[in-house]
Amino acid sequence: MATVTFDHVWKRFGDFSAVKDLNLEIGDGEFMVLVGPSGCGKTTSLRMIAGLEEVSDGNLKIGDRVVNDIAPKDRDIAMVFQSYALYPHMSVYDNMAFGLKLRKVAKSDIDRRVKDAARILGLENLQKKPRELSGGQRQRVALGRAIVREPAVFLMDEPLSNLDAKLRVQTRAEIARLHQRLGTTTVYVTHDQVEAMTMGTRIAVMDKGELQQVGAPQDLYDSPRKLFVAGFIGSPAMNFVNVERDGDFVKGDGMAFPIPTRYRSGMDGTSTLVAGFRPEHLELGELPNSATIRAKADVVEFLGDEELLHVSVQGHEGDVVAVVSSENRVKPGDVLDLKLPLEKLHLFDQGTGDSVAWSQAAAAA
Amino acid sequence: MPTGVTGSAPLRQRARWGDTSLAVLAGLFAVFLGLPVVTLVGRSVLSGSLAGIAGSSAVLAALGISLVTTAISLVVTVSIGLPLAFVLARRNFRGKWLVEAIVDLPIVLPPSVAGLALLLVLGRRGLLGGPLGTAGLDIAFTTVAVVIAQTFVSAPFFVRSARAGLAGVDRDLEDAARADGASELHLFRTITVPLAAPALAAGLVMSWARALGEFGATIMFAGNVTGRTQTLPLVVYSEFQDGDLDASIAAAAILVFAALGILVAVRVFHWGRALDVRSLG
Repeated sequence: MATVTFDHVWKRFGDFSAVKDLNLEIGDGEFMVLVGPSGCGKTTSLRMIAGLEEVSDGNLKIGDRVVNDIAPKDRDIAMVFQSYALYPHMSVYDNMAFGLKLRKVAKSDIDRRVKDAARILGLENLQKKPRELSGGQRQRVALGRAIVREPAVFLMDEPLSNLDAKLRVQTRAEIARLHQRLGTTTVYVTHDQVEAMTMGTRIAVMDKGELQQVGAPQDLYDSPRKLFVAGFIGSPAMNFVNVERDGDFVKGDGMAFPIPTRYRSGMDGTSTLVAGFRPEHLELGELPNSATIRAKADVVEFLGDEELLHVSVQGHEGDVVAVVSSENRVKPGDVLDLKLPLEKLHLFDQGTGDSVAWSQAAAAA
Repeated sequence: MPTGVTGSAPLRQRARWGDTSLAVLAGLFAVFLGLPVVTLVGRSVLSGSLAGIAGSSAVLAALGISLVTTAISLVVTVSIGLPLAFVLARRNFRGKWLVEAIVDLPIVLPPSVAGLALLLVLGRRGLLGGPLGTAGLDIAFTTVAVVIAQTFVSAPFFVRSARAGLAGVDRDLEDAARADGASELHLFRTITVPLAAPALAAGLVMSWARALGEFGATIMFAGNVTGRTQTLPLVVYSEFQDGDLDASIAAAAILVFAALGILVAVRVFHWGRALDVRSLG
């Protein structure tokens, strides 16, 4: 087991910086998810831990050891690839035993560890070749190959993205269980925020090579520090409205919100803002201490106990999305008064994209 | 008979005419390609000249020389061709196109030209041959020259095929092996080479076939000395010139059987795709 530490790490390809000044500490036994859109630098960061990409600048540590110049084979990591990367000319057994044979593990030990892993993962017939297996089974072999190694750190690069939706949910839970059972430090890369939210002990959100925010899933959901994080985390995505400060209100696009008291101090410099609120925080009916948004329902998507509303607000281009209880039985064309609890309102600086609450806290510190 | 469903009679007739003439043309061309070889093999069997191989010391000697020299040139081809193929498959560098063009050159160069060029470099008064000769090393018109001529014309076939094979190996698999703890040499041996094996084997076979059939460069650069530099293709020519048609046919038949063996191997081991030069790019 080990910690993984990025200390001002850069990765450059020619003039292009794929990872910019990354500082991140991954705790021993932690399940850290690196998430972001494609090209955000998450996979490059993972490959630097594996030693498959060189560190251009800064220090990368596994445990207390700087590994910048250590070959992959000496890093004590195991990696699961998006393509699974099973050796096609070897049986399932040999795929899993490959790394152990290289480490000169005793034959009886190899046999025990491979069979243990196969049992945990429900793999039968270890003499088959990878091409004879289904996608789900291949994925398990790839996991098995990592498990038998008993490494200090697991590295997983989008291991679920080639599975169908049902299998993905199943395997997601299995990997989480596996992590609970083994307690091995895991760095998991995905572009899927649902995967990130459900699996991560902590999540590191990246965009354009820069780390945006690190925190527990709940932290990122409740207090996004950046406009990007607010929009990326949560499904359906947060609604955004461009607003300007007007006394104790922010107003824009036919909407007006009283500025919550927690924002009022320290907002002096900023007048152009983005107001953000999550679809699931909008409600119908009376609510104390809330703002009201008058809107017309355009499309109603029935989801079971909830319905997803696409509504239009006069003065606002594009949809506002709301998720409300299906008991409201909203019909297209209905005019609604959507209530937003003020404690669920987020305000961001339009220029920097920083959360106003966050820059306030940073200024105070 | 319902019309309008199967088309009008004249139309079908015209189609049948087209089919027939196409088949005739294709058949004629297949005969053109096949008849000479079949005749050669037929005559070698009927005239008993195959059995006569044992009686012709020249043919026996040439068979021995061909086997030994092609075996050596194959070893040389692999040991210098594989690293070159790897570099061409995996590295990008300035002037790579030039190296690629140089590698491909012997494939399109007339063999006699290749032989003359080799003479100008390694001949007794050649660029390198002169100094080497002073040091007591004569290469031209020796068995070593046979190997050099064969390697020169045949290695590009191996390099091309090997390069395509190595480029086709999924890099994720090599990364997986690295993460699994393999050194670069170990993963090359256990992952890269086995996965590129069909292309490597196809390249070897093509290269060997080219070396075995080598004539022009050999006769220019190594000469036609019985027992020293006279390979099977040279003995076919020499015996014919000397009027011993049976010996010539016997040597030729050996080469035909070797060629057939190669084609069968290509079929059996499914090297067809690896052999497709269009995919080499």
